[in-house]
Amino acid sequence: MKFDNKIFKFIFIVPVIIYSVFLIALPLLYIFWISFLKNDSYGGIINVFTLQNYIDIFADVYIKIFLRSFLIALGTTFICILISYPFVLAVSHKNKKIQQILMTLVMVPFLTNSLIRMYGFTVLLRKYGVINQILLNTSLINEPLELMYNTFGIMIGMVYTLLPFMILPLYSSVLTIEKPILEAANDLGASKWQTFKKIILPQTLPGLFNGSLMVFTPALGYFFIVDILGGGKIMILGNLIKNQFLTARNWPFGAAISVFLILITSILIWGYKKIGGKMDDLGGM
Amino acid sequence: MKHNKFLDNICLFLVFTFLFLPILVIILFSFNTSRLNIVFEGFTLDWYRELFNNTSLLIALKNTLIVAFVSTIVSTIIGTISAYGLKKYNFPFKRVVNELLYIPVVIPEIVLGISLLCIYTLLKLELGMFTLILAHISFSIPFVIINVRSVLENMDPNIEQAANDLGANKFKTFFYVVLPSLVPGIMSGAQLAFTLSLDDVVISYFTAGPGSNTLPLQVYSMIKTGVTPDVNALISIMLLIIFALLMISAIVNLRKLKYEVTR
Repeated sequence: MKFDNKIFKFIFIVPVIIYSVFLIALPLLYIFWISFLKNDSYGGIINVFTLQNYIDIFADVYIKIFLRSFLIALGTTFICILISYPFVLAVSHKNKKIQQILMTLVMVPFLTNSLIRMYGFTVLLRKYGVINQILLNTSLINEPLELMYNTFGIMIGMVYTLLPFMILPLYSSVLTIEKPILEAANDLGASKWQTFKKIILPQTLPGLFNGSLMVFTPALGYFFIVDILGGGKIMILGNLIKNQFLTARNWPFGAAISVFLILITSILIWGYKKIGGKMDDLGGM
Repeated sequence: MKHNKFLDNICLFLVFTFLFLPILVIILFSFNTSRLNIVFEGFTLDWYRELFNNTSLLIALKNTLIVAFVSTIVSTIIGTISAYGLKKYNFPFKRVVNELLYIPVVIPEIVLGISLLCIYTLLKLELGMFTLILAHISFSIPFVIINVRSVLENMDPNIEQAANDLGANKFKTFFYVVLPSLVPGIMSGAQLAFTLSLDDVVISYFTAGPGSNTLPLQVYSMIKTGVTPDVNALISIMLLIIFALLMISAIVNLRKLKYEVTR
């Protein structure tokens, strides 16, 4: 019996230990380690300690990329919030059955790959794409609009890809609002805006922060959206890291930028926990 | 309380149009006679026929499905076992392991992708199906654990105790008592793992090798030179299958909901 228990415990805890050590901790520690090493001109790594990679980050070119990444990520988060609130409130006004159908429909596009949907956008947005054709044929415009290969196109792609990450947590936090409270507010003569500010917003704050975290951090790294809809001239942090690892082959510098990205994520998580956010809510369904 | 139904519906309509437009346009152009995805000229099924001669595309589809199924099954098993183990047992550094598990959930995918690429290179593992599947397993496990754990938290510990008192050993208790009650959590974890695997681009980009091209990676390499309409056909077929699967799960869910309401 005692022996049985030991085997049982072994089976149930060893896989997770191996997994978290070898596939999470070690790879990240290795990145951290090589970020302090030098690279040689052939794309290899030399075992010499240096802080140069971290100093290089502060060059003008890179600072510009950082700023642009932040602005794009911030803008994406903001637009996602603006779209998600009216949407989840509209969903919550429907009956339970329709709510379930609508939320399943939000997940459907997810099941086709995000890159494939970006390809769908290129068909829609390019110079003689579907949208410009329709606008030209109806004589609403005379010249095709520049809808992609610029920041506008990137923003559309980012908002599109990340919107469900805002909708889902916001929806589950809207469900926690008790209907009688809203009715009471209405009966006592609160305006729509007052109801939103005094009841809905405070109640959905955890969902709002959860969603913002899940939108902001990936937006810093989605290089393929920038590649496809930005036309290759515009770069964000993700493109920078990708290039250091695959084309420029300066792994230590790429690693240093990644460490920087981990640092940003850690600060955001710290803030999220500080205001009482639960870690399990970030990965639940 | 009165809501403006009209405004609600307009909002829902606009958001869903936005969400489905890029997909609908692909489906539409899969029936287009023109080779260029620009104007709709006429209806044809030729691209669906042509699809079956495009071996590289079919291989990419096969790889995508293999990766998604294998990584979902493995990560669901490991995730379920781990969620139970982490709840039941204490061991040194358990807190550290628990914190580590959140990293794949919150960290930008690109960091996870390159860190795996680095460790694969360090271990001299050749990039291919194995490394790709391992990468997908490793970003899915935490999601399964979190979903299973949420069900586990609400489970009555007395049930397990009762099974134990009645003479069931730990294995029997786990398989006949614990596991059946975890099914909802396991299912949503598996569904999430499958979705994440199908949706992933970034991590696959760094961990796939020459022989393990997936459909998104294939489309990525085609975008610069022009995507052929048979790709549209393939995506449409995949969508049809996915939609059918979703309908089934939605019907099952609705049945459950009805059951709960009428009870």
